[in-house]
Amino acid sequence: MPDLLIELFSEEIPARMQKRASEDLQKLVTDGLVEAGLTYAGAAAFATPRRLTLAIDGLTGESKAVREERRGPKVGAPDKAIEGFLRGAGVTREDLEVRDDKKGQVYFAVIEKPGRMAADIIAEVLETTIRNFPWPKSMRWGAGTLKWVRPLHSILCILVDEAGAEVVPLEVDGIRSGNTTRGHRFMAPEPFSVTSFDDYEAKLKRAHVVLRAEERAEAIWAEATNQAFAQGLEVVEDRGLLAEVAGLVQWPVVLLGRIDDDFLGLPPEVLQTSMKEHQKFFSVKNPKTGRIERFVTVANMETADNGATILAGNQKVLSARLADAKFFWENDLRTVKTVGLEGMGASLADVTFHNKLGSQADRIKRIEALAREIAPSVGAKPDLAAEAARICKSDLASEMVYEFPELQGLMGRYYAEAAGHDDGVPEACEEHYSPLGPSDDVPTAPVSVAVALSDKIDTLTGFWAIDEKPTGSKDPFALRRAALGVIRLVLENQLRLTLCEILKLSMSVVKQLALTIEGRSLAEERDDLVIHLTKAPQSAAVSERRRAIDDRLEEISERLSYMEENYATSDQIQANSSITVTDLISFFHDRLKVFLKDKGIRHDIIDACIAMPGNDDLTLLVKRAEALAATLATDDGENLIQGFRRANNILTQAEEADGVEYSYGADIKYAEEPAEKALFAALDAADAKIAPAMETQDFSTAMTAMAALRGPIDQFFTDVQVNADSALLRRNRLNLLSRIRNICLSVADLTKIEG
Amino acid sequence: MVDKPRSFQEIILRLQTYWAEKGCAILQPYDMEVGAGTFHPATTLRALGDKPWAAAYVQPSRRPTDGRYGENPNRLQHYYQYQVIIKPSPPDLQELYLGSLAAIGVDASMHDIRFVEDDWESPTLGAWGLGWEVWCDGMEVSQFTYFQQIGGYDCRPVSGELTYGLERLAMYILGIDHVMDMPFNDQQTPIPLTYGDIFKQTEQEYARWNFDVADTDVLLQHFKDAEAECQRILDEPHEDPKTGLRIIMAHPAYDQCIKASHVFNLLDARGVISVTERQAYIGRVRALAKMCADAFVQSDAGGQAA
Repeated sequence: MPDLLIELFSEEIPARMQKRASEDLQKLVTDGLVEAGLTYAGAAAFATPRRLTLAIDGLTGESKAVREERRGPKVGAPDKAIEGFLRGAGVTREDLEVRDDKKGQVYFAVIEKPGRMAADIIAEVLETTIRNFPWPKSMRWGAGTLKWVRPLHSILCILVDEAGAEVVPLEVDGIRSGNTTRGHRFMAPEPFSVTSFDDYEAKLKRAHVVLRAEERAEAIWAEATNQAFAQGLEVVEDRGLLAEVAGLVQWPVVLLGRIDDDFLGLPPEVLQTSMKEHQKFFSVKNPKTGRIERFVTVANMETADNGATILAGNQKVLSARLADAKFFWENDLRTVKTVGLEGMGASLADVTFHNKLGSQADRIKRIEALAREIAPSVGAKPDLAAEAARICKSDLASEMVYEFPELQGLMGRYYAEAAGHDDGVPEACEEHYSPLGPSDDVPTAPVSVAVALSDKIDTLTGFWAIDEKPTGSKDPFALRRAALGVIRLVLENQLRLTLCEILKLSMSVVKQLALTIEGRSLAEERDDLVIHLTKAPQSAAVSERRRAIDDRLEEISERLSYMEENYATSDQIQANSSITVTDLISFFHDRLKVFLKDKGIRHDIIDACIAMPGNDDLTLLVKRAEALAATLATDDGENLIQGFRRANNILTQAEEADGVEYSYGADIKYAEEPAEKALFAALDAADAKIAPAMETQDFSTAMTAMAALRGPIDQFFTDVQVNADSALLRRNRLNLLSRIRNICLSVADLTKIEG
Repeated sequence: MVDKPRSFQEIILRLQTYWAEKGCAILQPYDMEVGAGTFHPATTLRALGDKPWAAAYVQPSRRPTDGRYGENPNRLQHYYQYQVIIKPSPPDLQELYLGSLAAIGVDASMHDIRFVEDDWESPTLGAWGLGWEVWCDGMEVSQFTYFQQIGGYDCRPVSGELTYGLERLAMYILGIDHVMDMPFNDQQTPIPLTYGDIFKQTEQEYARWNFDVADTDVLLQHFKDAEAECQRILDEPHEDPKTGLRIIMAHPAYDQCIKASHVFNLLDARGVISVTERQAYIGRVRALAKMCADAFVQSDAGGQAA
């Protein structure tokens, strides 16, 4: 059983693509080989910056011969049918055999595929793989047409068995396969040949290339932590960076460098971000001071001076970078101290948020108005929430965030502290973007919660107002994420909010501002036209144009005054908003279902609770759903549903047949059977428990009391015939059933429960 | 080992000599204000079509928003790029490039030279390519790009483009911390000149003009004029009525595109272009670049048989 070794050697492959590419190579080649009838024992793929490698062992030497018979059309069938059969079977008419069948003579095709040598199959599969490789982005080079991630230089492809290694001959756009490769670009530039995978890996190591990415990563981490430890320091862990750096080097050499004292006063996040994003450096912390004081860089070279020149160069580059960062930091602090954070954010008036929703400054105004209203219900002081909302986006106008967008929010906190804000306001600047993802921490500080909610709700109502809702897989403004953020903020803080009212309020704020924005642009247009009129010389054409302008001016003025009137009657705006708000609430409910489904609560249970009043109070809604889910999980709960359903069915049929509603007046004095009497008593007892429990929204007590009805209801249906001959008894029993229905429906809409 | 160069100009001269030896036509800078060496028609237009091409040149480049009155050690509104373009890209372009670093005194056995992914895209030129930024000891010293598209056209064959940021590279080789301190010529000569002697004052002058003084109304008009002229040039019939020759005026039209692009950069520095307008302006320049590319590929140099 031979082993196969393939290496595709190219110019530098982007680090982020290497792992996936080696996996793709393995999958495409092994799938291709198996499809062609070969089997193999094991396969492993590797990547370095300049190569993708695949080693397959225990490959079969050839594919088995295959004989297949296919039954075709009848003799005398239309030519078209026969031709189609020939095409499908890949044979010619002369190859067909005529055989007798029950229904007459039929054509048969006998397809014989001879076994093929592994080398032939490999050559074919590898060429197809190279030509169709799924790089995220690929390119052409020179005068060729082949596409690869960067120019492909050589193909190593050998089959190894007891007799030795043999090159599998193939050629792709002028690149002929061989048995040679290259090592480190500078430390071992000469090509060499290999005879097996073990030989390959060993010779690569001698040529200063570590083939395995994990081995490179482990070596980097071990060496970095060792060097740091020797100095009493610790490396800040960053797995993503480690994987990336391991993809940038073939021969990792770890160097520990120093950060200039000038820069140690910068916020640690700034140091870390700048070093990581620009230079791919690891941060090294001094546990005694808690500061980041050193860095680790990973070179791809061993040098005669043990990396001294390389380290000096890197330190120099870092100093230039940090000088920039320090310059931004100091400028920003100066700005904040002279004009405050609001002053810093003044230029956000020129930054468009969305052309129909105005500038960032417009948006901040809306968030402020909303935060002030929401504040009391989340336990925050309205003035503080408004203050935080006013400045929470200011850092977007800072030089630091312009340079490092990922520091947004965090810089807001630093600058808010520097500007003397306090009482949770700086924290709100940082936290109001949270939670961003489903696993993100949810803010709990009241001011942060108020602003975080306002920020997200404004986004949602804004895009709903201009009809930019998510559709299918498209959600360009991340509105699903925003809704989930609101849900998690509410639930994890156990907030009791009437979401409907808040959305209505937000909607009217959005619409008012939208009208202002439209008015602003119309007024500008009017000014332009007026200027145009004063400049235009007299002529027939111009007079005509002038008339058009006059008309337009009148139109604009009408619209402006119409808007003025609408301002006065914001009730009307609110009325128009209510449809949108209802729609938005159901969007929240949809997101909530997805969220609770992940927590193991079925969608029909949620539907049963959504159907109840107060469903825009998400905390209440979830409490109800949890209680219902718990009840339904019990034996009593599950059987109660059957009883309820039976009662409801009988009742609905009777109501339909009789054309009346049996909803009142069940009287125990007409009860004859003991089970009937017992049910009266049980319903009275349940009522006495459920009503007060519902008053205090103690769903689990209410539902436990409801579940206790299971026994009496079951007994009732066993012993008592509802449709009695006596009309009086029948009516009384139907009215009794309606008590079951009413009690059950007062807790949740059990008709929605499936199964 | 090659000896170290001693001045900024020596580095430029060595690059010129090296690439001349490698067969490039050594061109002179284009005589217009451009934002980068790529804008030189020797790159932008010559990368189109199937005629082989090899050129190298210094290109003074202007980025008005980068002006710092000559105070910042690394940032300038006027600086030099060294540009090499070879079509089709030769298989040993990386080796050729590394050879050029050796020629200017970068000893590959003492430094850490790396090719780090960097995809190049120019929205104004409707162009993109794949390649790397080349790092020397963690510092970006060059851009290395295989052009895939220019002016909306697939590049066939593909050109290889190298761009060296000369000041930064030279500062590193010469061990200089502030660009203005860099020796421009050999400091042993009777009249030694630093970069600052030559450019400190102009950096101040241009920074002031770029940021605060340039007349934005005039600039806006220039933009419109260049745009209109570009269109008008290309609307002319291919056959020249005077000589009867087929003359497609791709280059004069492209000059207007370059002008529009630079005026846009100036307007940007004056801060009169809003975020939304920015995209619109870039789109307008791109439309010009595309029209010029359309014209060039119909011309002789663009590979169209006359």
